[in-house]
Amino acid sequence: MTATTTDEGFVVFDHVQKSYDGETLVVKDLNLSIAKGEFLTMLGPSGSGKTTCLMMLAGFETATNGRILLDGTNINELPPHKRGIGMVFQNYALFPHMTVAENLSFPLEVRGMGKSEREAKVMRALDMVQMGKFAHRRPAQMSGGQQQRVALARALVFDPALVLMDEPLGALDKQLREHMQFEIKHLHDSLGLTVVYVTHDQGEALTMSDRVAVFNDGRIQQLAPPDELYERPKNSFVAQFIGENNKLPGIVEELDGEKCLVRLATGEIIDATPVNIRHKGQETLVSIRPERVEFKPEMMPPGAHMIDAEVLEVIYMGDIFRTRMKVAGSTDFVMKSRNTIGQTKLHPGQHVKIGWHPADARALDPM
Amino acid sequence: MTDATTDLATGPITTNDGRPLKEALAASLAVRRRRAFLLVAPLFLFILISFIIPIGQMLGKSIYNDGFSSHAPALAAWFDAHPAGSAIDESAYVALRDDLVAMKKDKTAGEAGTRINYDISGTRSLFTAAARGAEKMQPPYMDAFLKLDKKWGDPNVWRAMRSASSPFTMDFYLAANDLKRNEDGKIVSVGEGQAVYKKLMLRTLVLSLEITAICLLIGFPIAHLLATLPMRKAMLLMIFVLLPFWTSLLVRTTAWMVLLQQQGVLNDLMVWLGIIGDDGRVQMIYNQMGTIIAMTHILLPFTILPLYSVMKTIPPSYVRAARSLGATSWTAFRRVYVPQTLPGVGAGGLLVFILAMGYYITPALVGGADGQMISNLIAFHMQKSLNWSLAAALAAQLLAVVLIFFWIYDRLVGIDKMKLG
Ligand SMILES: Nc1ncnc2c1ncn2[C@@H]1O[C@H](COP(=O)(O)OP(=O)(O)OP(=O)(O)O)[C@@H](O)[C@H]1O
Ligand SMILES: [Mg+2]
Repeated sequence: MTATTTDEGFVVFDHVQKSYDGETLVVKDLNLSIAKGEFLTMLGPSGSGKTTCLMMLAGFETATNGRILLDGTNINELPPHKRGIGMVFQNYALFPHMTVAENLSFPLEVRGMGKSEREAKVMRALDMVQMGKFAHRRPAQMSGGQQQRVALARALVFDPALVLMDEPLGALDKQLREHMQFEIKHLHDSLGLTVVYVTHDQGEALTMSDRVAVFNDGRIQQLAPPDELYERPKNSFVAQFIGENNKLPGIVEELDGEKCLVRLATGEIIDATPVNIRHKGQETLVSIRPERVEFKPEMMPPGAHMIDAEVLEVIYMGDIFRTRMKVAGSTDFVMKSRNTIGQTKLHPGQHVKIGWHPADARALDPM
Repeated sequence: MTDATTDLATGPITTNDGRPLKEALAASLAVRRRRAFLLVAPLFLFILISFIIPIGQMLGKSIYNDGFSSHAPALAAWFDAHPAGSAIDESAYVALRDDLVAMKKDKTAGEAGTRINYDISGTRSLFTAAARGAEKMQPPYMDAFLKLDKKWGDPNVWRAMRSASSPFTMDFYLAANDLKRNEDGKIVSVGEGQAVYKKLMLRTLVLSLEITAICLLIGFPIAHLLATLPMRKAMLLMIFVLLPFWTSLLVRTTAWMVLLQQQGVLNDLMVWLGIIGDDGRVQMIYNQMGTIIAMTHILLPFTILPLYSVMKTIPPSYVRAARSLGATSWTAFRRVYVPQTLPGVGAGGLLVFILAMGYYITPALVGGADGQMISNLIAFHMQKSLNWSLAAALAAQLLAVVLIFFWIYDRLVGIDKMKLG
């Protein structure tokens, strides 16, 4: 469940706990080690403690228990302004009474940098986000996307090694968000930054990160690279939170190392890969990605169990067909098939047999 | 952009049925404008009747007073025929007698005398007495008048009558600035002992600025606390802030008396703490200090509320951003937080300053002799001396000072940046 903690990481959370009211723990035993140059995303539902973790790292909240290390030194007692961490806020927090250039110049001024050096750095940072022309605008005179770029430039202008971003793209529309994702990623690569990024957009987390920490209920549920997270979720929460997912409840019939057989509610038997199954006879939730479900026998691996399905609805989505079916008593089982030449068309009411590679059906805890 | 293209294609833009667009727009807006006007008309009328007209009349009184001129037509004619500096000869006394006889008949001698009395005190009885005997007076009138009262030969009295024979006068503004005209009509300052108004105006200004500064100094942290505290606690604190509004004036005054007087609670406390000796008790009421303390108390909410409403809208992320960018908490406060509260500081400060400039009851109750403000004198002239014209002149000057400060504020901060709530 929790990552092993080493003191070697650039940023280390070591058994960190946080409570605001002394009654409930908002962050429960957080252990996390972030390598230098890594892009780590904290992903999780609202209220799962992501912002709290970020605030503790930035120094605006104190950890109730445990240590936070930055570059090997304990920063629990270090005030925020001495941490040298760049931060991008969700509402940008650009100072409204200063122009863009003054905003960017602020962190350099408080560091006592000379005027000419300051101006050069400010222009370089603005050019980096293609905002050089806006140096003398006020934040209120710019669009959300432009403000976002300025906020980014301001967090980077004093060359911090670590940058924190709390849902920086939350207020932007989809297209702009995707564009900015690309730019942030690009800056991360070219500047060699360490980034801790908070979002509750899973697409964003998957496309940008080196590793994703999925938060729920004050704990990291899984910490893994995006592909592993998507393809091999460790528990039902992660499986459901990331991507679309079919869930079939059942009982473990046979357990044999890498494979197991699960008897579903209606009596059918399916193949699955046990993930956090401990013993035979245990209740389980089998999770299968819709795009890994097949209905053509020739696509099935040899020996795989097939199961009856009734087509309820076929939705044409351009590149794919989304087929909703009744499987083992549940009516929201979804299959996605690519819209290729010669793809077999299914019709509501049709009965088919479906199946999948046992590796794609993961038998998880029943939540 | 679309405008430009349409312009190029068709010239002035018209609606579908060929009317010019501007005209059509104006017609369609006219109804809405009429309705809006009708909605505000009652308020407008109310303000006009209850505020603008009385103030206009009041201000008019400061330069127009016909108390003497309307009852002394003969003298007015004589002054017209004889320019200032002419010798006061028998013809003048003839005119004086004619007017006095008329005054006696119309019972207006007192009114006319009052007007001259504003300029030279003690002259009201001169007129009432002379009016009584005017009918039986025998020429030569000059001697008759002088026999009645030597003052009738006083050039000052004649100068005052000349000046009052025209209803329009700047005399009250002169008086409001401790100036007067001498016998030759030159403007000179009144004697050392009589100069009160300029000093009082200055004191009012200084006290108001002091009170504004203290209010801002005290109000700023309280407003900040209010804006950052959890709702429940903030509401409780808010009640304390608003308490002075909810207590009656008498209760408040009594409380101040109990607290501030020499044998009062505050003095007892300081003596008990050893800050001052028993013989060094401080008089904190019935002097300027009393005015400052009491007015700060009553005006504090007017700074706190605008400040609070501005601070409430400043998200904590600004200061956090500043801190994360490397600013110490003091720098973040000074360079990021304070500038954003300026609209509130401006609004609160201006409000308190304007209110303080015109404050009247509190200084009257707890100010003692040297804690009085200009409004107290205006009230005195309105109610006691009944010299409304002087009161009006003083009030007009007060208004002018306030407007000047308003203008300065507008130039420095911009009135559009003000945020009252
Ligand atoms: N200042 C605070 N005082 C008390 N409780 C707080 C405070 N800030 C956050 N919490 C509580 O801590 C929990 C975690 O909050 P946090 O802001 O870290 O969530 P989050 O994961 O960032 O959520 P979101 O995605 O909505 O931003 C929530 O239950 C919240 O109510
Ligand atoms: Mg958050």
